[in-house]
Amino acid sequence: MKELTYHRADDAASAVALVAADPDARFLGGGTNLVDHLKLGVTSPTTLVDVSRLPLDEVSELPDGGLRIGTNVRNSDLAAHRAVRRGWPVVARALLAGASGQIRNQATTGGNLLQRTRCVYFQDVTTPCNKREPGTGCSAIGGYGRYNAVLGASEACVTTHPSDLAVALAAVDATVVVLGPDGERRVPMSDFHRLPGDRPEQDTTLAHGELVTAVELPASAAARRSTYRKARDRASYAFALVSVAAGLELDDDGRVSDVRIAWGGVAHKPWRAEVAEAELRGRFVSEEAVRAAAEAELAAAVTDEQTAYKVPMVRNLTALTLTGLAEGATR
Amino acid sequence: MDAEISLTVDGVQRTVTVDTRTTLLDALRERLGVTNPKKGCDHGQCGSCTVLLDGRRHLTCLSLAVANDGAEVTTAGGLRGSGGGLHPVQQAFLDQDGYQCGYCTPGQVCSAVGVLDEIEQGHVSHVSDDLEADPELTDDEIRERMSGNLCRCGAYVGILGAVKQAAAAGSGSGSGGGAA
Repeated sequence: MKELTYHRADDAASAVALVAADPDARFLGGGTNLVDHLKLGVTSPTTLVDVSRLPLDEVSELPDGGLRIGTNVRNSDLAAHRAVRRGWPVVARALLAGASGQIRNQATTGGNLLQRTRCVYFQDVTTPCNKREPGTGCSAIGGYGRYNAVLGASEACVTTHPSDLAVALAAVDATVVVLGPDGERRVPMSDFHRLPGDRPEQDTTLAHGELVTAVELPASAAARRSTYRKARDRASYAFALVSVAAGLELDDDGRVSDVRIAWGGVAHKPWRAEVAEAELRGRFVSEEAVRAAAEAELAAAVTDEQTAYKVPMVRNLTALTLTGLAEGATR
Repeated sequence: MDAEISLTVDGVQRTVTVDTRTTLLDALRERLGVTNPKKGCDHGQCGSCTVLLDGRRHLTCLSLAVANDGAEVTTAGGLRGSGGGLHPVQQAFLDQDGYQCGYCTPGQVCSAVGVLDEIEQGHVSHVSDDLEADPELTDDEIRERMSGNLCRCGAYVGILGAVKQAAAAGSGSGSGGGAA
């Protein structure tokens, strides 16, 4: 590990100024991912600006019924929050499906969105990886590829985003509030993470020095009737093979008036399944209808023998999730 | 870069100068001689370094010491029962044989205290059916909530029994026992 200069930020604006002025500086939040990467040599900043004590740790209700979540709200506190459990169960369920009790006590809202991929090659500094060292190549192509993406990948990078929370936020159309050197801007969740293209080192659309200060959740009927399901190798404390965040609103006849579907474990960003959503609007929810809608979305999937399982897995998990929501299941 | 930090460890105020790259776990073990939290994986995967940090269960291997300046750390060795003897969670691990080699035990004990406190505060979990209700401490709830603590000896049956016994004794950190 390189020598490390540590600053504890006094306020958000000075933290932004410090990091923006120094390409080798990084923000430190809960540290659950960054501290590990410092030890592994995945990243080698020379300066850390600790934002974890900034007073951005409130959950507050917005005038329109939405919720504003300060970036330093810990994952455990957000999942336990009564308003989240009632109005956005998909968010609580996604948080509770991730990591362990200890890590959720440490991990922050903004930090969760900014965690890096768990691709084994990204974390192994002895192997080529375009995300870690641009231009060195991708070891996951033709290597151990069971966790690789099936949608939106590129020749430079085939990895997936590991966050559960981000998938839920994509489904409920959350907005990320960002502070930069030139002031605040608001980024729709769908524009926050990016596909790898030829710049896989760039996970998000944030510029260096921009700080996530809050996440806002709009209220909706589909968010109230929502849930998150995750398929993984063990029952707890494992990253997703695939996951589904879904919300549903039915009209008086029982037809779909609003549906939200986002997938985790399939792409470099949370994958909002808009094709599937369009297929389902105005229809009755049935296992067959949801499977057909998911298959329309998955027509663009590119798989190999290691990732082929993900297509039927995410299709079936989507059907299970939406038929459950239609029947009034609480999880 | 060096930084002077102060920590309250098991009720005792300690001041130490650390390199800013030092984890909280290494500061406790290597600089302060507090070897109760164990280094297992050192990557946040095993839970053996778990302590109560400002009252909540926390991994010390994924925390920089300098970022935790001023924190109150309670290790499994600093827990006490209300009468000054063993904490009910410590007693329950003994009674239920919740270990074999014992290496993961301090982390398991701290995590169990955290679990019972979280239950008392009404925190739901991945296996809770109803997010709007207060959770009940079923076996599945305990297994899910303790999943961040691995035991390579496989003493999970005893660990489950210990958490159940401690819960029955009403021994979350908020009642029945406390930190030294």
